[in-house]
Amino acid sequence: MKCDGIPSGCAISGMMSENGRRIDGTEIIRSIACMHDRSNGLGGGFAAYGIYPKRKDMYAFHMMFDNAGAKEATEEFFKDYFNVDKDEVIPTQKGYGISNPPILWRYFLEVPENKLEFLSERDYVTKTVMKINSEIEGSFVASSGKNMGAFKGVGYPEDIGRFYKLEEYSAYIWTAHGRFPTNTPGWWGGAHPFTLLDWSVVHNGEISSYGINKRYLEMFGYKLELRTDTEVIAYLFDLLVRRHKLPVDKAILALASPFWKDIDRMEPEQQKIATAIRQVYGSSLLNGPFSVIIGHSRGMIGLNDRIKLRPMTAARKDDMLYMASEESAIREIAQDLDSVWSPRAGTAVIGMVRAEVE
Amino acid sequence: MKIDAKGMHYRQLNKMIRDAVASGEKEFELDNVGGQRYIGAGMNENVKITINGTPGNDLGAFMNGPRVIVNANAQDGIANTMNAGEIIVHGNVGDIIGYGMRGGKLYIKGDAGYRVGIHMKEYKKQIPVIIAGGTAGDFFGEYMAGGIMILLGMNGKSPLVGDYVGTGMHGGVMYIRGKVDPYHLGKEVCCLELSEEDTKLISGYLKEFCDCFNFEFNEIMKEKFTKLVPLSLRPYGNLYVY
Repeated sequence: MKCDGIPSGCAISGMMSENGRRIDGTEIIRSIACMHDRSNGLGGGFAAYGIYPKRKDMYAFHMMFDNAGAKEATEEFFKDYFNVDKDEVIPTQKGYGISNPPILWRYFLEVPENKLEFLSERDYVTKTVMKINSEIEGSFVASSGKNMGAFKGVGYPEDIGRFYKLEEYSAYIWTAHGRFPTNTPGWWGGAHPFTLLDWSVVHNGEISSYGINKRYLEMFGYKLELRTDTEVIAYLFDLLVRRHKLPVDKAILALASPFWKDIDRMEPEQQKIATAIRQVYGSSLLNGPFSVIIGHSRGMIGLNDRIKLRPMTAARKDDMLYMASEESAIREIAQDLDSVWSPRAGTAVIGMVRAEVE
Repeated sequence: MKIDAKGMHYRQLNKMIRDAVASGEKEFELDNVGGQRYIGAGMNENVKITINGTPGNDLGAFMNGPRVIVNANAQDGIANTMNAGEIIVHGNVGDIIGYGMRGGKLYIKGDAGYRVGIHMKEYKKQIPVIIAGGTAGDFFGEYMAGGIMILLGMNGKSPLVGDYVGTGMHGGVMYIRGKVDPYHLGKEVCCLELSEEDTKLISGYLKEFCDCFNFEFNEIMKEKFTKLVPLSLRPYGNLYVY
């Protein structure tokens, strides 16, 4: 899988309308296509938010099945665990060099009330996602959030985008990934984004703390089955922000903690917070080179590792926030920008949609 | 020669330039550049390339002669192992610029990213020069082995330079306009005052720099510079020897 001497590195791109304006998928495809040479055709994918307004209160499960048997087994499972409002094929079109796709199907699900005696709804859904991925052979959940979806596979990202007909979807947040797998396999389930509930992660780099993060997450019931490091980032956000209710900026202090030498120089109050977070959440520290864009239904977060070993540029234009591995990928879709900047290492760019946006 | 680079792959664009150079073309203006890599890379001829739009990574890598002018921001890896020529950027630049640079000049109007001039080197008259008018990120001049780097901070942003300045530095010299917090310095550098010769040396380059970007030379020289040199030519000579 290693390709020495070929100029590369994954590509990521994200765009968000703070006002919740819906934008079709052609722009994000153009943006990620601009960085074509950062990928090698072994993975591409997109996350889109706001795409299922008619069923916005249901969990939209995007599924990948190796065969009809896996589909049947999963549907039996869904019948036991959910009320299935609707299921349909995820529309795709042939060509664009995409070969051997799995069966791609989506389900709009509601959780029966009697299932929630001892669990919150989202914990229940998380549990079912883990169960499917680890227990049903040949069945993988590509995404499981409300009013959002992940579209991913093996191929160049622009080809994957056309394969899934993303021009037919309208979203207020889009993220995209072009993959150049180095030390984990290139397979359909292993393409980015990685998701859980409405969290999605696209990632350039590698998480060398994967082992520690994995063991930590397993203590909270997460099962890491997708054979790739990026998965931990999605689950860490779910654990820290959704379950432990840390504000996003504090969760960032756990994932990309300031160095102790810098904590020593902080004001007493800041020092206390940073120290406490490093002590409590030491096992959620992400080590290794990374730049990531995390999507969720209320916004988009960009983050670099603490010594900036992967690139990231951010930009604003009116109500739009953009982030990408290269500035040219932003300029490709928005030429006159109000501001462009390179976020500092370990410093998150936190974009939020307005409160009234649905 | 004018080239509209809109939507063009870098191979096609760079081949067009090289073919035109081979048939005697001396001047290029590239419009709508959008992320094409390796522009000017490995070229030996004294041609002028003006870039309108955002050039891609490794601009001027292994370049050995051309003068490249970028009328926008530029990305990562500019002047990678560059040998001769000039790159003038009317904007900011990304990370790892001037990596292993061994000659020529790289003038940046605005800010530079992380790891500027890592392992730059020099040999006799081959002395690479990087000047940035704004700020720079961490690892400025890490493992620097030769050449000259000047950082001006003319936009008043703070911090002027990131952490680990000159970590592992064992050759060359840096001039930073203003004071550098010792906290930001690597263990292998020391700060000195500028001698008359230093001032004369940087004045020459800075006048050129001012001509490129319309900075006031006197304005730049009003502030005191800090000179950074390596403490040792072989900082890790005793590492791993026991």
